Amino acid sequence: MNKQPASLNIETLPGPQDIARKELENGIVILVRPNFNTLSVSLAGYLPAGSLYEPEEKLGLADFTASGLMRGTQQRSFQEIYNSLESIGASLRFSGGTHTSGFSGKALADDLDILTEILKQSLLNPTFPSQQVERIRSQQLTGLDLRAQDTGDMASLVFDQLAYQNHPYRHPGDGFPETIAAITRRDLLDFHSRQYGPRGMVISVSGAVQPERVFQLIEDTLGSWDNPDQPEEITVPPAPDISETIKRHHTIPEKSQADLVLGAPGPSRCSPDFIPARLGNNILGQFGMMGRIGDAVRSKAGLAYYAYSSVSSSIGPGPWTVSAGVNPADLDRALDLIIQEIEAYVSQPVTGEELGNSKSSYIGKLPLALESNAGVASALLNLERYGLGLDYYQNYQAMINQVSAEEILEVSRKYLDPDRLAVATAGP
Amino acid sequence: MLKPVKTFQLPNGLQIKLKEIHTAPIISHWVWYRVGSRDEIPGRTGISHWVEHLQFKGTPRFPGEEMDKLISRTGGIWNALTYLDWTTYFETMPADQIDLALELEADRMLNSSFDPDEVAAERTVVISERQGRENHPGFLLKEAVRAAAFRVHPYHHEIIGDQADLESIQRDDLFDHYQTYYRPNNALIAVAGDFQAEEMLDRLKELYGDHPAGGPVPRVNRPEPPQKGEHRLTVEGPGETRLVDVAYHGPPASDPDFFPLMILDSLLTGPQGLNLFGGGGVSNKTSRLYTKMVEESDAAVDLYGGLPATIDPFLYSIHFIVHPSMTIDQALQVFEAEIQRLQDEPPAEGEIQRAAKQARALFAYGSESITNQAFWLGFPEMFASYDWVVHYTDNLAAVKPEDVQRVAQKYLVPRNRVVGTYLPYQQGQKPA
Repeated sequence: MNKQPASLNIETLPGPQDIARKELENGIVILVRPNFNTLSVSLAGYLPAGSLYEPEEKLGLADFTASGLMRGTQQRSFQEIYNSLESIGASLRFSGGTHTSGFSGKALADDLDILTEILKQSLLNPTFPSQQVERIRSQQLTGLDLRAQDTGDMASLVFDQLAYQNHPYRHPGDGFPETIAAITRRDLLDFHSRQYGPRGMVISVSGAVQPERVFQLIEDTLGSWDNPDQPEEITVPPAPDISETIKRHHTIPEKSQADLVLGAPGPSRCSPDFIPARLGNNILGQFGMMGRIGDAVRSKAGLAYYAYSSVSSSIGPGPWTVSAGVNPADLDRALDLIIQEIEAYVSQPVTGEELGNSKSSYIGKLPLALESNAGVASALLNLERYGLGLDYYQNYQAMINQVSAEEILEVSRKYLDPDRLAVATAGP
Repeated sequence: MLKPVKTFQLPNGLQIKLKEIHTAPIISHWVWYRVGSRDEIPGRTGISHWVEHLQFKGTPRFPGEEMDKLISRTGGIWNALTYLDWTTYFETMPADQIDLALELEADRMLNSSFDPDEVAAERTVVISERQGRENHPGFLLKEAVRAAAFRVHPYHHEIIGDQADLESIQRDDLFDHYQTYYRPNNALIAVAGDFQAEEMLDRLKELYGDHPAGGPVPRVNRPEPPQKGEHRLTVEGPGETRLVDVAYHGPPASDPDFFPLMILDSLLTGPQGLNLFGGGGVSNKTSRLYTKMVEESDAAVDLYGGLPATIDPFLYSIHFIVHPSMTIDQALQVFEAEIQRLQDEPPAEGEIQRAAKQARALFAYGSESITNQAFWLGFPEMFASYDWVVHYTDNLAAVKPEDVQRVAQKYLVPRNRVVGTYLPYQQGQKPA
């Protein structure tokens, strides 16, 4: 049996040799990696128009605006937009995030020009027809009704409120019923005309297409876009300290299962702490059957179907959390087990075997993440978003292998303190 | 798009399908067993799924924790799925590490321990999985609709099983189930990716050649009698959102009516792909029901539908969220009118070709994933044959407008359906 650690064949990974990058005069950055083993193209992108830019009384405005872009443009109605896409088996969707609003699309390679044309019209000329605005509102409000009944969603929402007091990350991107109700068509038009522009926008494409053709298509469709009013990008402050463990339970009656989310703000994706934190987290709550936490809560105690930890990828201090779904009667026991695991994790360095396994799995899974065009398009965006450099994947294996158990311990202690956690639970 | 496949059968009955794909250094390996919730009787519901969980708890050679670690350290992914008609285990791994997956699966086909302590711990895990689902109104409604649609056939119960059985099934029941169905003459191995077929076949022969075939595999034979009239039911619970499931008894995947009904579904609720592992979908905003119910009438907030491919006749289901401004009856009237339109008038040929083009695009997207490619090798064999997937888009394109009208008239009639509604409690009216 092969017990050698995983290793990478650098030639097969995206790198400066096969990623083409171009910056248009208006600021749009384009990244393309051709892949003629496939018949399709995937496109992805973002621009700085996320929920950070919305006022508190209109939370959900960025997402509402993104949802409205394809509901009608100066050139095409809702039906015409979706008929153009669905008739050829293509797709395009926009969604609001925290820092940015993003889009992703897919088409057979011959149809890329249709995709970019609809992308252009949606970004530049949305009309937000009143009837469509009300339709989106109904859909958003229904989504919030469902969220209010979802123990996992509510535990996560309460966690953000506890861990990010007075910080922009405390707000849910989909807002609240009263803020969604307060948003007008005028708000959408204003948000769009102020916030949407070429500066800070990045587009990536992977698939059966030459970079020159993509560059030309984007130049032709978005090259003359201009928005002199586009504001500077917001940088978020550091996360507030949690001075002692804070707990809050959100009651949702009659649920069979309760959910818990606990943790604290973690490192930014741009921080040198991020890779050690991710490798350590893999040991804490991912590797194998959900790491040490899965072993304690699921495999040994049989308390949960899922119990895992994660470090989120964000420009700012995204959350480092443990999540689990348990029978309401077992909530305290599960919390105790998880906190014990965190205590052990920040007390001693991870073992050499654990670290070797974690590194090997991180290195070995990279080719799978980059298997599809959509996976590559998303990876290219991350290179740009977090300033990782075009040679990031070429250096990936060496970078992972450099991390030591002591470094993981040091970084983990910086963010995870078992006596200073935000603990959110939701259920009956 | 669908490259040549090599097919073999070992003397012990084990079927093997191999497809070389050399675009990336990845191999996806699947072991399919012809066992699922259709093989379960009352008192044993959920047993196939629970056995699947226990297959991750180890053999004398590969203890449970060790299995997870060995696979994970390669960066590979592995998982298992239990369905109505089948259970499948897969590993997608760096090509040079695949032998681990081959050895592990060959070993656990025969040698899983079913340690009583592991069975006990997993009982509460499976119950927790069920309780997590019960949190969602959509699950509660689906479970009730299915139970109303199947009085006799084991498709009656959810794959996860009933709570009562999850509490009462014992270790020996689970072990019996494992020994009955996990054997070469009830299994199929599908491998796609970066390997040489001859070498792979030799290795599989080495690993499985000595596995005893086992006798005939028992089946539960309880066909569902035709439904004699519409069933209507309600499920009540917390929340504010009203849901409707309309489920029509449909044909099995091997029936000639299946493809016309797939086209019908694509027209009504949008295209469905066969991509289990990435590739994405195509939105359904211009489908007939979405246009009528969401865009034109505000009868629904959102909707989707689907016709699963099964061995025995199952259900063609359409689910929608009722718009807050409508009564459920009003929303159902809009729904009925659109079904009636398809029964009165065949669709245009162009609509069918559009649906076929969507299916081809979805195939192209899905084929980027080696895991999907390997999935397609085994999946159709569980209810038809690999040819089913090879001719899938051609069969869709060959559907005639009058076939679509005919299946609409045949299947989409009230006496053949269950209409289930999830009703939130009115404030202050919650039962004590």
